[in-house]
Amino acid sequence: MGKSEDSEKKKKMKDVEISVPIVYGNAAFWLGKKASEYQSHKWTVYVRGATNEDLSVVVKRAVFQLHSSFNNPTRIVESAPFELTESGWGEFEIAITLFFHNYVCEKPLNLYHHLKLYPEDESGPMSTKKPVVVESYDEVVFTEPSESFLARVQNHPAVTFPRLPAGFTLPPPVPQDESKRKRGDTKDHPLSQWFLNFSEADELLQLAAARQQVQTHIAKLRRQISLTDGQNQPFKSL
Amino acid sequence: MDAKDILGLPKTPLSITQEKKSRPQKDSQRKPDGISREVYALTGGVAPLMPSIDVSQLKRRPPSDEKITWQWLPFTSSARKDNLELYHWVRVVNGVPPTGDYSFAKYNKSVDVIRYTDEEYEKHLTDPKWTKEETDQLFDLCEQFDLRFIIIADRLPTTRTVEELKDRYYSVSLAILVARAPSLGEVPGHPLVKEPYNVTQEIERKRALSMVLSQTKHQERKDTEVLAEAKRIAESRLAAQAAEEPDIPATLDIGPESAERAVGSGDTISPSNVQVHAAAAAPSTSVIADNSSTLASLRMLRVYLRTYALEQMVQAASSSAGLRTIKRVEQTLQDLGVNLKPKVPTKAVCAEHLELRKEILTLLNLQKQLQYKEAEGSSFRDGSYGDMPGSSKRSQRAVDQDRTFVPDSISFGVIPGDRGVKREQKRKGPGRASETPSSPAGAHKRPRKMKASDL
Repeated sequence: MGKSEDSEKKKKMKDVEISVPIVYGNAAFWLGKKASEYQSHKWTVYVRGATNEDLSVVVKRAVFQLHSSFNNPTRIVESAPFELTESGWGEFEIAITLFFHNYVCEKPLNLYHHLKLYPEDESGPMSTKKPVVVESYDEVVFTEPSESFLARVQNHPAVTFPRLPAGFTLPPPVPQDESKRKRGDTKDHPLSQWFLNFSEADELLQLAAARQQVQTHIAKLRRQISLTDGQNQPFKSL
Repeated sequence: MDAKDILGLPKTPLSITQEKKSRPQKDSQRKPDGISREVYALTGGVAPLMPSIDVSQLKRRPPSDEKITWQWLPFTSSARKDNLELYHWVRVVNGVPPTGDYSFAKYNKSVDVIRYTDEEYEKHLTDPKWTKEETDQLFDLCEQFDLRFIIIADRLPTTRTVEELKDRYYSVSLAILVARAPSLGEVPGHPLVKEPYNVTQEIERKRALSMVLSQTKHQERKDTEVLAEAKRIAESRLAAQAAEEPDIPATLDIGPESAERAVGSGDTISPSNVQVHAAAAAPSTSVIADNSSTLASLRMLRVYLRTYALEQMVQAASSSAGLRTIKRVEQTLQDLGVNLKPKVPTKAVCAEHLELRKEILTLLNLQKQLQYKEAEGSSFRDGSYGDMPGSSKRSQRAVDQDRTFVPDSISFGVIPGDRGVKREQKRKGPGRASETPSSPAGAHKRPRKMKASDL
């Protein structure tokens, strides 16, 4: 492949990005009768695919950095589901570092989540059955993905695959041995009944309505301005 | 007002009283036991926080139920191929010498060099630049010296560079691996397949490294200057041609090639650097310019979160606006029932959000424009070109007190019918009651101060 072809390809691929929608957060159960002074809650902090698909095609490992009062506060999780369960009493910020496979990206990515144990409504009774759940939706965007990355994740449900520029072909995917790998998706996760639903439709509607209002207002203002200009004109010629 | 009153600090400092208390304590502690005062002073003169060696522990001997002797005994190592017997001191417990291999034998590791048969050589491995003898020699040395190519290069009679040797070795090994693999499926996992040896890249890399190493301080300074210059040119180019931006790595080639290569993958050009230069290069910040340079810096990050990207784009879009304007945009968003930070930040949602913010900025700017023009118009009509100190003072006070008001005109959903921007007839502010709705007082020749109420 000549150098000009390479740079041609590069130009086309410049705006290609792969995005992986994720949800990260925690679920915390009050231990009720079994609670002690230092272990009042049992909580799980996790990073999952937004549609509960297996993230391990992209994520190699997740490192959860806990408060220094925990033993071995740096917890490394090498396989999906990327989560960590602990017990404690305090709320603090957890730094989650995602490390990706070599063919994905060499740089890690940091997420920050404030661990929530106590319900917003302080007056309400605490329940051991219903956990306090706080989740955040985000998307991990990879720019200028390599060919091997693209080949590896095409047709994978956890990944939003981009539209490739015209004339671009990918090598066929390497068949993976499905039976050997453990299930890394969170569809049947014990906490899945508490997972929140994130739908972009509502937000899009909200934004579209707002934009409509603003645009109407802008049009009115423009009319007003040209009207006022007309009124001021005779004065200006003086 | 005393500063301490404002801060709520006690007027008499506590520290002095604390010092007085601690000093008599220290004096009484200074009686050392068993060593003279001067020697004690050498160690700092204060009792240690924790005893470094517990004196009672020193007198104790190891558990006396075991009988320990040290003996000069022979030993052999499994790492040796001959049966050489050497001697060393051995700690014998209760007359039983320790068992097991020599403790350092486990470190005798070597590399698994794949050896080919002559058949395989004929079938897969012939190369115009390498004779079979040379290749055999190379592999013998590789095995003997555990792939220490610098030594191997020295030992081979032919003058070959280290990269050539490595290239030959790795390509032969790869060829054998592929040839021997029973199915294609087993091959991809092997490190030789995943990361093949790239000769040209290696040569370039080493050349660049040696150039970096041999750079003088002067050269370093010149290089950073030129790199900065190149970046500025790149950024201003991006600003100018939003549609057809050249690749950033391509434009950086303008700079000294060695410096750029030495920088390597370009990861060291941190995004913050790029943004700083973007700000310097394009002082007339058009929104398009900001957007494209933000996009460029995001692209260089290789991986980022969508929320982070949105933040950057919002910042870029609002770079020309003051803090007050930004607050007004956020207030407007809230009034419209839109989350300041989207709850579901997908690509589409973020794009819409960004556009909405930009449109609100446009809206606010248009409102300001309209105010100016209407004020102009009313000043023309009033014909009041002189200074009116009384009324100007009033309007000034009004500014101070109205500053925190949310402008009514932007409250969506309250405007009945088609009246556009309304004057502040509803609101009552001090000193404003006497003003007529259409002519804000104090419209004179010198530029009017914008009042919060005008928007």
